[in-house]
Amino acid sequence: MLAAIVNQILQGVLLGGLYAMFAMGLSLSVGILRFVNIAHGDLIVAASFLLLTLTSQLGLPPFLAVLLVIPVAFGGGYLLQRLLFQRALGKSVLPIILVTFGLSIIIQNGLLGAYGADTRKVAGGAFETATLALGDGVNIGVLPLTIFLTAVAMIGLLDRLLYATRIGARIRAVSDDVATADLVGLPSARIYAIAMGVVGVTIAISAGFMSIWTNFDPASGPSRLITAFEAVVLGGLGSLWGTLAGGIVLGVAQSLGAQVDAAWQVLAGHLVFLTVFLIRPQGLFPRS
Amino acid sequence: MFEPKAFWTVAMGRGLLALGAAVLIVGPALFSIPQLQLLTQFLSLLVIAIMWNLLAGYADIVSIGQHAFVGIGAYAFYGFAVFAGLNPFIALVMAGATALLFALPVMLVIFRLREAYLAVGSWVVAETLMLIAGKLSAFGGGSGVSMPVSVVKELGAQPALRYETIYWLSFALAGLALASTFILMRSRVGIGLTAMRDDEEGAGAIGVNLIRSRILCFLWAAPFLGIAGGIITLQKLRVAPPASFSITDWTVYVIFIVVIGGIGSFEGPIIGTIVFFLIRQYLADIGVWHFILLGVLSIAVILVEPRGLWGLLRRIVPQDLIPVSHAPPRRRRAQTPDADKAPSPTL
Repeated sequence: MLAAIVNQILQGVLLGGLYAMFAMGLSLSVGILRFVNIAHGDLIVAASFLLLTLTSQLGLPPFLAVLLVIPVAFGGGYLLQRLLFQRALGKSVLPIILVTFGLSIIIQNGLLGAYGADTRKVAGGAFETATLALGDGVNIGVLPLTIFLTAVAMIGLLDRLLYATRIGARIRAVSDDVATADLVGLPSARIYAIAMGVVGVTIAISAGFMSIWTNFDPASGPSRLITAFEAVVLGGLGSLWGTLAGGIVLGVAQSLGAQVDAAWQVLAGHLVFLTVFLIRPQGLFPRS
Repeated sequence: MFEPKAFWTVAMGRGLLALGAAVLIVGPALFSIPQLQLLTQFLSLLVIAIMWNLLAGYADIVSIGQHAFVGIGAYAFYGFAVFAGLNPFIALVMAGATALLFALPVMLVIFRLREAYLAVGSWVVAETLMLIAGKLSAFGGGSGVSMPVSVVKELGAQPALRYETIYWLSFALAGLALASTFILMRSRVGIGLTAMRDDEEGAGAIGVNLIRSRILCFLWAAPFLGIAGGIITLQKLRVAPPASFSITDWTVYVIFIVVIGGIGSFEGPIIGTIVFFLIRQYLADIGVWHFILLGVLSIAVILVEPRGLWGLLRRIVPQDLIPVSHAPPRRRRAQTPDADKAPSPTL
């Protein structure tokens, strides 16, 4: 009995790694670009479908496909920010919400038209099913563990990128005060676009893992967005390490909820989110 | 100063609105049952669009969780009409009251989130409520339940009579929504809302109580959405979580309607709903493409003319067709010689 509960909690923690991956891109756009990209989840799903095409049509191994998609996603994020989002940014947040919302519907229906409504998955080979036995009936999958460790590494790298590199300093400068950044000659529109390109990279990597681990279909985007949003808010808006904490809280809640039935899995996550949010609206690790 | 061209454009616009209203009033005598059903859908969607515009266009509450209140209304209506055995008309009122009751705790959550976060926050709340509705075994759980025939018959013995009754219900609700929101917009609160729409900080600075206005708008919208949910249930004759809480029907379409018609104007939702029904009637068979078209159109509208189709028309039409804002007081300098006799400053 105890082993079963430990197992569930452990699975939940590892699931939290995937959620943190969804969330870190959103956290960057919230913290740096100061908007919530409603199409964030749909972009993850779109990247997953791209991976599906690369692996099933061209027969590429998933790892190679992800490596190919990463630069595409960086360029996509860069252009999306430069050509679309930048035009909608301004004093009011209404235009950017509505533009990303429109984009979300376009992506969902574009994928529906191109791939149909079927649920899909990318085949990951033996890697997918391998497990490590920790004794006492507690097992963990190699894939979930890899995802979790990758998420931790990604957060560490993003943290270094923002706080220990030249481009990171520029990104933070533009994010803190765009008018002053412009005044000292920083190309703010280009820096924003680079930040969105970085978000694109996180989207490509999380899509790579999501498409192997879970099923997805063209309408899966909103649930990914909501999960990412909950992890960001739980962790504290704009805090990168907070997204990991938020993701773990959600993962554990869902994993324990799933013990009741499938519908409780998602509901438990939402209820825990709402409860924690009401008690601690600033999140677990608010960025001062 | 009389400008004949300006006068006639405004008169023509108002004439069209009056004609539309007249057609709706004689509708049941004019149209077949399927056409009447379409008009009922039109009026229900119009009510939801007016409310979303009030929230997003004026009170700066950009909600993506509107469908929650439509769904709550649907379930409450079913509960009061079927389980409590109330008369369907009273059950509709109770559906509105229930939606209002739910709005209070929902406000507690989403008003802690500002701006863009509120949008997704309201969506989380709607998702949660939909999942909870799917857990109510009395309402058929996840697959939903149909209305018993006995309740349906209370609206009229023959189908034709029933559809007419449902039509009049939606007509009355749309009329009430338009008239009461018009009065709200003309009131002191409404002037504050218009100021908020134009410049939130400025409005706050000159003494508009932003929080109170937001709360009022949120509570204003809820019962209308709830009753609309009840009327929609009468049309569909069943409740089910994904249909009653449909984000596509009651939020996605509604956002497109208001954005394309013209956000932050009284005419916008009306024009948007008409355009939406035209697109849907003629382009529904192109499947996913009509969604893509709506998405592209709404993004283009926001980037090119954020005030939507009504903003475009407004370049020709010199004033609002439905005067929600107050005309500035006429300058009567000529008649008031007092102005010239202003006391000269004493040194």
